[in-house]
Amino acid sequence: MNELKILVVDDEPGMRMGVERSLRNYRFKLPGFDEEVFFNIRMASTGKEAVEMMELEKPDILLLDHKLPDLQGLDILLDISQKKLDILTIMITAYASLEVAISATKHGAFDFLAKPFTPDELRNAVQKAAKQIFLQRQAQKLAAERRQVRFQFISVLAHELKSPIAAVEGYLRIVDKHMLGDDIGKYDTMIQRSLRRLRGMQKMILDILDLTRIEAGTKNRELTDVNITEVALECIDGVTPDAKDRGVSINLESPENITMHADRGELEIIFNNFMTNAVKYNRDNGRVDVKVQPDEHGVTLVFSDTGIGMTEEEQNRLFGEFVRIKNEKTKDILGSGLGLSIVKKLLAFYDGTVDVKSVPDQGTTFTVRLNKKDEASR
Amino acid sequence: MNNINKKKSILAVDDDSDILLQTKVYLEAAGYEVSTAESLKDAEALLQSYKPDLAVLDLMMETQDSGFVLSYKIKKIDPAIPVIIVTAVTSQTGIAFDLTGSGESSWIKADAIIEKPIRCEQLLSEVKRLLP
Repeated sequence: MNELKILVVDDEPGMRMGVERSLRNYRFKLPGFDEEVFFNIRMASTGKEAVEMMELEKPDILLLDHKLPDLQGLDILLDISQKKLDILTIMITAYASLEVAISATKHGAFDFLAKPFTPDELRNAVQKAAKQIFLQRQAQKLAAERRQVRFQFISVLAHELKSPIAAVEGYLRIVDKHMLGDDIGKYDTMIQRSLRRLRGMQKMILDILDLTRIEAGTKNRELTDVNITEVALECIDGVTPDAKDRGVSINLESPENITMHADRGELEIIFNNFMTNAVKYNRDNGRVDVKVQPDEHGVTLVFSDTGIGMTEEEQNRLFGEFVRIKNEKTKDILGSGLGLSIVKKLLAFYDGTVDVKSVPDQGTTFTVRLNKKDEASR
Repeated sequence: MNNINKKKSILAVDDDSDILLQTKVYLEAAGYEVSTAESLKDAEALLQSYKPDLAVLDLMMETQDSGFVLSYKIKKIDPAIPVIIVTAVTSQTGIAFDLTGSGESSWIKADAIIEKPIRCEQLLSEVKRLLP
């Protein structure tokens, strides 16, 4: 919307006409906004008339003479603030009286124009007001979008937490009613499956905490020169038990002692996510190749697996929140669907990127780029 | 074996393997024979060579309405097979399906809709009603 409604309130007909003439054909563009702004001008000669007109149709900007025959300009300002109307008021004062100015500001006036003023002064004042209105609208729109995203996140989250609770509750009811008889051994599968669902839920809650901490900017970052090779080796140690269970071998190709100015915890999360995925979504007796490739601007990390791979459609969905690639091959793999969302948020700290290449039943390669940031720009 | 003693067979489909196992336990405890599938595709494959006496289908699997799609396909095989749809949709969206009115039941090919989480008694009472 690029038409702004202005209500001019002044008891002098000459004044109203002058304002109308100055603004009637006035069009301008605001920096950062594409559309031209112009004004729809209405006029009132008394305070009472102004109040009635505002009730009928709310103006965006009010050009308000301080001295009116029936009411004071301040009375109208008070009325606006009481009714919580979203109107920017520019007070017109006969002389630049400091007293009136202070009092009007207190009651919510946005700006002043001292009589007599030139058409240019008037245009400058309304342009300033228009800018304020558009910035406000933009901020409101952003806030609304943010609320929407958060609402969506919370409803998906609620659903994701409800599923494991329903599963565990169902098993407990079966045990409670001894539906499989009195032999406790008969319930082993159900108990194991319940524990598994609870573990999955725990993992999800921890991931959500990580994600919200990063998003809220409350995560403490400790930047030191981190030995990336060391982080990679530690991470390999961490996933080795799971890899061994399935005969998956892990190979690291890295120059020794590569360092990068970074938060160690963040690099650990990044490595861990790709490494555990490479093991989880691998085939039995498969392999995982990790490459650390430094250059003068940063470092490239490559994680390749010989696993189940993904279709193009699955790759496109991969980085969404709570997205888990569900198919026959992945149905028994546990995950929160938040790992890659977290990684993506962390990569932003390093002007980083992540690319995925995958072929179903052959494997997936993630290429992660971390860039050094200028000390000066930090 | 005469017909009275033959166990009635039920097809249960749910993409949550835990809920599926529980459904199976409930129905087997009540004396039914149960076949299971974890996806629309698996269920369709199963139906090639097997005709159940009743089906219990999760609504949201691969897509938001997999249950209805599968129900439609089962009814095409034999319109006499009763279908129970299980869904959390009502509690999540406040949308209630009314099978008594002619409007909705004309496109919802199901004989009963029950709420998730599945309660054993409710499931069995619907099954008994539809499989006398």
